[in-house]
Amino acid sequence: MTSATLTSGAALGSQRVSDDVRYYEDVIRLFVIAAVFWGVIGFTAGVFIALQLAFPALNLGLEWTSFGRLRPVHTSAVIFAFGGNVLFATSLYSVQRTCRQHLFGGEGLAKFIFWNYNIFIVLAALSYVLGFSQGKEYAEPEWILDLYLTVIWVLYAVVFIGTVMTRKESHIYVANWFFMAFILTVAILHLGNNVNLPVSLFGMKSYTWVTGVQSAMVQWWYGHNAVGFFLTAGFLGIMYYFVPKRAERPVYSYRLSIVHFWTLIFLYIWAGPHHLHYTALPDWAQTLGMTFSVMLWMPSWGGMINGIMTLSGAWDKLRTDPVLRFLVTSVAFYGMSTFEGPLMSVKPVNALSHYTDWTVGHVHSGALGWVAFVSFGAIYYLVPVLWKRAQLYSLRLVSYHFWTATIGIVLYITAMWVSGIMQGLMWRAYDNLGFLQYSFVETVAAMHPFYVIRALGGLLFVAGSLIMVYNLWRTARGDIRSETPYATAPHKTAVGAA
Amino acid sequence: MAKNVEKDALSGVETTGHSFDGLKELNNPLPKWWLYVFYVCIAWSLVYYVLYPAWPLGSTYTKGVLGYSQREDLAKSLADAKAAQAKYLDRIAKASVEDIQKDKDLLSFAMAGGRTMFNENCSACHGAGGQGAKGYPTLADDVWLWGGTTGDLYQTIKGGVRQGDVVETRGAPGVGMTAFGRDGILDKTQIDQVTEYVLSLTNRATDKAKADKGKTVFEENCVACHGDKGQGSLAAGVDGVGAPPLNTAAWVYGGDRATLVQTITNGRAGEMPAWSKRLDDVTIKQLAIYVHNLGGGK
Repeated sequence: MTSATLTSGAALGSQRVSDDVRYYEDVIRLFVIAAVFWGVIGFTAGVFIALQLAFPALNLGLEWTSFGRLRPVHTSAVIFAFGGNVLFATSLYSVQRTCRQHLFGGEGLAKFIFWNYNIFIVLAALSYVLGFSQGKEYAEPEWILDLYLTVIWVLYAVVFIGTVMTRKESHIYVANWFFMAFILTVAILHLGNNVNLPVSLFGMKSYTWVTGVQSAMVQWWYGHNAVGFFLTAGFLGIMYYFVPKRAERPVYSYRLSIVHFWTLIFLYIWAGPHHLHYTALPDWAQTLGMTFSVMLWMPSWGGMINGIMTLSGAWDKLRTDPVLRFLVTSVAFYGMSTFEGPLMSVKPVNALSHYTDWTVGHVHSGALGWVAFVSFGAIYYLVPVLWKRAQLYSLRLVSYHFWTATIGIVLYITAMWVSGIMQGLMWRAYDNLGFLQYSFVETVAAMHPFYVIRALGGLLFVAGSLIMVYNLWRTARGDIRSETPYATAPHKTAVGAA
Repeated sequence: MAKNVEKDALSGVETTGHSFDGLKELNNPLPKWWLYVFYVCIAWSLVYYVLYPAWPLGSTYTKGVLGYSQREDLAKSLADAKAAQAKYLDRIAKASVEDIQKDKDLLSFAMAGGRTMFNENCSACHGAGGQGAKGYPTLADDVWLWGGTTGDLYQTIKGGVRQGDVVETRGAPGVGMTAFGRDGILDKTQIDQVTEYVLSLTNRATDKAKADKGKTVFEENCVACHGDKGQGSLAAGVDGVGAPPLNTAAWVYGGDRATLVQTITNGRAGEMPAWSKRLDDVTIKQLAIYVHNLGGGK
């Protein structure tokens, strides 16, 4: 055992290439471009449907532009198109470096995955607009597209796991545990929730194999774990690579990463029934869904602790590095959402919150605050590296993006908290003679101002993302904005010299 | 473990000795508070399993010592709610709508219940305060197609308007105002003239000569239902037609020239569902009383 002392920068600095391994970066660049592209599309679609809720005339009286068809376009665009491409980019980037190995199967296979995954997204979005849907939240694509996605996903698993198996490091880095858990579980969820019987070989329509409450249970086993594994485990993988990388600090606790990894993936998979409280789902299943959600609280916070505490000794960088600010704020939002989630899974709380906008606000504090922010942080880190630039075009613009988006999120989630709780209280209000105090339409009317505020929050979020697009485009061109630098220039060491 | 264990200068904590792309891991222990809160959550869950239905056992499940059942809980709260209203509901069931109007207690109950039921069932077409919409008559004024007494309203709500398989419906299914233009009974000129006359009933005619010609058309074609002064079938004493008055500002479809031409050309036959198929008698009574009190009850 050697007891060499680490200094915070130099010894932990990244290296571009090691041991003559040539990392595949062309395909990573493609994934990054697609992620940014779909991000803007998905956020914009979200603002549009938010405005439709506030101003129904925006449905335009056309079936193709109605809320019911555009809503899955928004969710799929942000989760699978934006989130998916971010996950592909970051996982396939970091797995090569943490394994000191290029991608298994060659860059051609990775590019095949890129093109087909993105074609899948376009086909799925078109199918929703044209009215094809399984009617299952986050699993709308019909059977033929499900089969297509299965092929792509299996290839992704082969590339990723193959790279890990041929690694030149003796251990497997924690980010890769999370990425593998995400890839494997999403495969199982996708297959499990899409066991459908097509009506005909040449038609899109299909019906689920299980029906009734079993179908609902399978759907929410899938739906909740789409959040748990796609939007959580996968993005924790991103956190575990990009936070220590950008902060130039070691991960806070290896032991905590082991314990929270296993508890998280063991507990998450059982929490789905909390989406079906007070329904036909048997009492016992509701109990299990609730208790597993509550037990999930600390395993989730284990990730938050590890992310935030990794900054011990480097807190000052939050002042000077807005990219790190994105990463750390995302972890804070992750902590907030994963407290709110177990709280909402407790039955008496759920009795108030379920079916209201509170749920929508909860999802968005996770989606905008955690998923999108950690993605922005990772993208801001990646673009100068991938386009071989010394630094970002502008750190000031990153900061503007950060504040615009943060204010947007705060407007969004506070509006939804107020409107959701108000909605829940109005639904259950009785007068002294035992009659409902409010009709449904009165609750809808009461929510209007909050819908407008929410749309405004979304608009700010989109505006922030456009600032990012501009910044990244100038970075890729190799431009550097003349601006007052932050007190120190932390990104220089993070990006490393080629 | 690994042989490259180092000490982090900033925290003094040892690393695990792994290094991935320059990334290292400190070997900090699990935070105590974290671990204890985790244990508390597990303990809370275990207690919950003892108290409530929890684990599946083949065809049954652990019931929990509290004997809780969501279905029974719901059934009980529904029964409680029903019991709390029973003293009113029983009396409403036995009373006529006219008698309910006279009983202060029952009236205030019926108004509260009627409001709730109206907002859930009627406001989608007739508007939240009964203000009406195109094709859906206003209920807050004193113009009625089928009668504005509480008894009339009760029957209209119950049987609906022009419903095929309901005996007590208002009007006859499919039978409404004749499509004078489409069916070739009146030509364009005559429709133009009669429209001018109808406008003159509310002092809006611009061409007196044309309106006078229209009067003849009106007398030959319209008075049978709308009455000789355009006062509507109800005021004219014509049964089972539901022809609106044409001499008030209360238009069902709109009183502007273009809409009148459209109405005369194509006819009208508004419908309303028979609510007896969906709501019980006690509810319909409350609705009749609520609508009666919206402003225009007779």
